[in-house]
Amino acid sequence: MVEWTDFERATIADIFSKMEYEVIGPAALSRCLVVYPWTQRYFGNFGNLYNAAAIIGNPMVAKHGTTILHGLDRAVKNMDNIKSEYAELSVLHSEKLHVDPDNFKLLSDCLTIVISAKLGKEFNGEVQAAFQKFLAVVVNSLGRQYH
Amino acid sequence: MTSLTAKDKDRVKTFWAKVSGKVEDIGSEAMARMLIVYPQTKTYFAHWKDVSPFSPSAKKHGITVMGGVAFAVTKIDDLKAGLLNLSELHAFTLRVDPANFKIMSHCIMVVMANMFPEDFTPQIHVAMDKFLSALALALAEKYR
Repeated sequence: MVEWTDFERATIADIFSKMEYEVIGPAALSRCLVVYPWTQRYFGNFGNLYNAAAIIGNPMVAKHGTTILHGLDRAVKNMDNIKSEYAELSVLHSEKLHVDPDNFKLLSDCLTIVISAKLGKEFNGEVQAAFQKFLAVVVNSLGRQYH
Repeated sequence: MTSLTAKDKDRVKTFWAKVSGKVEDIGSEAMARMLIVYPQTKTYFAHWKDVSPFSPSAKKHGITVMGGVAFAVTKIDDLKAGLLNLSELHAFTLRVDPANFKIMSHCIMVVMANMFPEDFTPQIHVAMDKFLSALALALAEKYR
């Protein structure tokens, strides 16, 4: 069981309460595809990913980025049971999507950087620690059902 | 990983010119975040009187580290040769586990995004990530 401090719970709730999913999601996913181009391997049918501009402007990337970010909602709603919340999604990512779980960390690093840029001063060291801890738990849960 | 293309070097140098006035702030902020977010890194600083993230020692050390990064920008065309002395320092004296270079790089980039949200675009991000990775590799050159 993950132990959350009051500060961590409040921080995560706060960040997600004002989250602009349609901005942050696309920004995080497109950044991941640009910074770690091998992650494009999972999006062969997304059309034009030939360069950074194409990736950033790609509507399928944008839509999927939003979807992924909303995927974090269930963890936000149930921080005490993230592992079980993601059991099904973990199986999906392993058995159907065949995503290397190392990629989850790459995406979460990009999300951290996007949020850092968005929140500015508010995203201080303690907030960053809480946010990264939250993402690490989600990433761990998503990789849990792989075998 | 891969070597830096001409475009990568150009992007790093251009972005560096933009942020050069804030290098010390970036350094001390990145250092503080590293100590907060990755508490295991504090093990390298047990000899400090005060290991808290905003202590004078931590601030000074962040500035030192960032000075090293600034130096590396000037040696971007041959990091291995340019960072030879620093590599020997880290290999034989400091013996910092290279996994920590990745951690510090991440913190530096979080701060860059934080302080320069408009400029730290995905294109600059990938160039900087490559540069910091190459820097880390050059730093670990003399380890074994």
